[in-house]
Amino acid sequence: MTGKTGENYNNNYLNYVKTQDPPTRHFKNCAAAFGVGGLICCIGQFIRLMLEYAGLTGDELAGTTSVILIFLGCFLTGLGVYDRIGRYAGAGSIVPITGFANSVTSPAIEFKTEGWIYGMAAKMFTVAGAIIVFGVFSGVLVGLVYYFI
Amino acid sequence: MGQEILDIFLAFLKAFAVGGGICLIAQIIINFTDLTAGKILVYFMLAGVVLTAIGVYQPLVDFAGAGATVPISGFGYLLANGAMKGAERGFFYAVTGSLAAASAGVTAAVVFAFLMALIFKSRTKRN
Repeated sequence: MTGKTGENYNNNYLNYVKTQDPPTRHFKNCAAAFGVGGLICCIGQFIRLMLEYAGLTGDELAGTTSVILIFLGCFLTGLGVYDRIGRYAGAGSIVPITGFANSVTSPAIEFKTEGWIYGMAAKMFTVAGAIIVFGVFSGVLVGLVYYFI
Repeated sequence: MGQEILDIFLAFLKAFAVGGGICLIAQIIINFTDLTAGKILVYFMLAGVVLTAIGVYQPLVDFAGAGATVPISGFGYLLANGAMKGAERGFFYAVTGSLAAASAGVTAAVVFAFLMALIFKSRTKRN
């Protein structure tokens, strides 16, 4: 364990780090993710219900619901509230569509100082770009498979 | 009237359980693998695409409503569903259908993020 090779140093250091790490609180973590994630979905359900009463149906209903949720995610990110929720809720705030909005807005605001084109506009897609790339590619694959079958 | 209120309550309960459940799965994966937020988003979106393509996700959407469409896997559902519907109309729509279906979400994210960048200043993160 206490050898002088580089590998051992690495392992010793990693073991040391592990002893100093706060233990992951699995139960508390998971309960927060479940609660907050479920709550955000309930807000979505509520918006859906209201829009249904307003007379929207089908794709328009689903689309408008996600647009409103994305607006809420962007706005709360701008206010700095969403990051605070995220620290508490973990995946509960990442996985809903508001987390996608957060991943777009957060770098857009943060990198504004590096200019509008290479800062705000380009950095906006650090995470969302990956989602769109893989989403479009897999979507086209699905479309082609269904077309030729 | 009583039945209607019960139905609405049940819809919320189902949305809470399924939406929370999807987030719970993500949290368990994060706890045990150290995946970052971006990777979780991509994997869950891809899972949504695959599950929709093999016909598993549509029943879940019918059952849980917003509980299945609000998580990022619902974005994948939207993409795959658009492609599958487009495939019925012809080759062109099979290719363009997925992004066309997701256009509302992508447009909203870009426009609102731009507006927020105009309005708000970056703040130091208090940890």
